[in-house]
Amino acid sequence: MNPNQLIIDSISSSAANVFSTMLGVELPAGELCLEGPAAEPNDGVVSFIGIAGTWAGTGSLSCSPQMACRICSQLLMTESLAVNEDVLDAVAELTNMIIGSVKTDLESHLGPLGLSIPTVVFGRNFKTRSAGTTEWMSLTFDWEGDRLLVKMCLAPNEKAHVIHHVPAHTCALEI
Amino acid sequence: MESDILVVDDSAAIRKILQRVLRQTGMAIRAIHEAGDGQEALALLAEHPVDLVLTDINMPKMDGLQLLASLKASPQLHKTPVVMITTEGGETKVAEAVKLGAAGYVRKPFTADQIKEKLVGILEPALPL
Repeated sequence: MNPNQLIIDSISSSAANVFSTMLGVELPAGELCLEGPAAEPNDGVVSFIGIAGTWAGTGSLSCSPQMACRICSQLLMTESLAVNEDVLDAVAELTNMIIGSVKTDLESHLGPLGLSIPTVVFGRNFKTRSAGTTEWMSLTFDWEGDRLLVKMCLAPNEKAHVIHHVPAHTCALEI
Repeated sequence: MESDILVVDDSAAIRKILQRVLRQTGMAIRAIHEAGDGQEALALLAEHPVDLVLTDINMPKMDGLQLLASLKASPQLHKTPVVMITTEGGETKVAEAVKLGAAGYVRKPFTADQIKEKLVGILEPALPL
């Protein structure tokens, strides 16, 4: 069992399934990229969800404001022209569904895992950083010219016997 | 006979989606009420009992499992069927919900057909096709 391959395969199938079922969109296959824990500049909408249990880490989605609006419009079947509460809520829910599906897939291999409630950030020129040292497994999806990045970092949780529901890794935000 | 349904989810997006999906099912629905968490749901149910509660599991303040336990402990509301909606496909929370008396569960992402299949089975014969 290669956990990284499991994560990549699961992100790919989960994103495709959620987009197909909830947005009515057939998402093309994602493109793999590996990232270290170092911060990198972000613009747009980024969401995070903590994962904890026998393994711990973070799942994340990021996209442009335009794509976030498009996701919201498709999900709620209303026209969203600017990032507002509905758009952030839609991105949070999409994160919850995709990372939640990945979590379910991984549980049969890695043991019980829990999810936090998602957090969504919208802004310009901010940096995000995971306190963990694990590399991110990332897939980028192209939706008719818009780019969606779905990524996850996950590592064995040495504190699993003490902490079951609080993510051992945290994400810092630098604006 | 038309039914009243209460949708409980901290995500306004999911509440809107469920409103739309429930209308799409073609079931005889009189009203769809909304609550953002378990506490809000209990307050609403105290005033307006419904025929079915559709609730998320992971919510702040009072989660879906706590809401389910409270309903099952209530002399007035213990017969109200509760269907859980969850991203939690693992056995633990679903098994806990079933043990607490949930009438069923639906996994996110869901289609209108999946929602209809689950709800018709529970509300029949109150909701004829």
